[in-house]
Amino acid sequence: MARAQELLACLIARLIADARHVAVGAASPIPATACELLRAQGRPLRITRLHKRHGNPFSEGSRELFDLAGQGRIDYFFLGGAQLDGDANINLVRAAGRRFPGSFGSAFMYFTCRTILLREEHSPRVLVPRVEFVSAPGWSPPDVVRRGGPVALVTGKALFRWQPEKRRFRLESVHPGHTAAEVREATGFEYDAGTVGETAPPTAPELELLRGPVAVAIGSDYPEFARRVWS
Amino acid sequence: MDAVRALIRRKITGLKLLGVPVLGLCADLLIGAGCVSEVHSSAVSLGEAGLAPRFTDAAERADITVVDYTCPAVHTALQATEKGVPYMPLRGVLGSDLVGAHADWQVAQNPFAGGADPILLVAAIAPDVALFHARWADEAGNVWVGRRRELATIAHAARHTYVTVEEFRAGDMLEDELLAPGVIGSTYVSGTARAERGAWPLGVAGVYGIDDTHLAMYAKAARTREGFEQYLREFVWQERKSSLPA
Repeated sequence: MARAQELLACLIARLIADARHVAVGAASPIPATACELLRAQGRPLRITRLHKRHGNPFSEGSRELFDLAGQGRIDYFFLGGAQLDGDANINLVRAAGRRFPGSFGSAFMYFTCRTILLREEHSPRVLVPRVEFVSAPGWSPPDVVRRGGPVALVTGKALFRWQPEKRRFRLESVHPGHTAAEVREATGFEYDAGTVGETAPPTAPELELLRGPVAVAIGSDYPEFARRVWS
Repeated sequence: MDAVRALIRRKITGLKLLGVPVLGLCADLLIGAGCVSEVHSSAVSLGEAGLAPRFTDAAERADITVVDYTCPAVHTALQATEKGVPYMPLRGVLGSDLVGAHADWQVAQNPFAGGADPILLVAAIAPDVALFHARWADEAGNVWVGRRRELATIAHAARHTYVTVEEFRAGDMLEDELLAPGVIGSTYVSGTARAERGAWPLGVAGVYGIDDTHLAMYAKAARTREGFEQYLREFVWQERKSSLPA
């Protein structure tokens, strides 16, 4: 029986399976797990892990990640947000009188990399009709040069696909143990929903890799996470 | 960190901080101690230790002015000064609410494009002071920062650069081909001072690591004004015996 974090990691791994180079930010154990799973499956994937205490991949300092993304060398990035809305706008600054750390590199990375939005908490507090502050816009008018943008939104309840031609999310699947009606009630924005499937759980081979070499690889950078999921 | 604690002891006020590209414990201490009027940064947080509590409180009460950036815009603004030009372009960012809050960012048309191609222009920033901690300074007045090349950019862009260092070395690091790529040349350095373990509770790559236990303790204590004041009494107002005087 897969744990919730294992399901999310497997799902993300399938979404980014064509990647050659992925950047994973700080405080991103689930995306990091997805990347290590792809590696363990034998895919030649370069993973640039930011804020690693060891194995810093850069020689040019903290600007290098952005230069790399600006050169088009990063296939996928991951973003969350205090608030996300139906236009795939991301808010990392303020909401309801509360101040959050800030936008980090989101206003640039969202433009230069295909982006998986990940938010474990799926609630009307997070998925709002309209964000209070746009740290990074979900889409741009046609004259704005933009190579990247949202591909999918993964939450603890569901998978949404971003539809760029419609500028709207489509509910693709609901995770085991959750329902489409529950998702509708927990989501503060409008989205399309045709035939909604159930998110495929991790396969036995995927679980074996996750609980073996992947757990070891993740344990060094995310010891708390590894302990919570795999011990 | 030692330099920041010394600034607090001198009761400095009215500071305008620029995070390159983010701010952390140093900023939280200065803000909590009443030294800061304005914060310019793409984020302020304690990393794995969570939110920066004094920053969060001051921002929510509007005790400080906060100007929000996105990381590459900070680098770009400093790189413009480094190049001696009034502004540099940056892709992305258009359509973000960050743009409207910046009088020093403009949207222009790419003059080399065939058709419409709007692009962000970021005005150069020239800080008064660059302040950081590094591993080595030498007799020739150079400092070594290794791969932290954003520190070189700040030093090139700032009017004055002050560096505390773990250790002084004899000679001239620019004479060593292996050390030279990590050097900031003496041209850019206004002054240096020795501060052994001067980054604590943060770390210096290759010398000592981050003191996570201390950071977690600070994050918890500083959630309240009383807890923060107690932290200052214990760790800031008293100079540590292992530091040289500021």
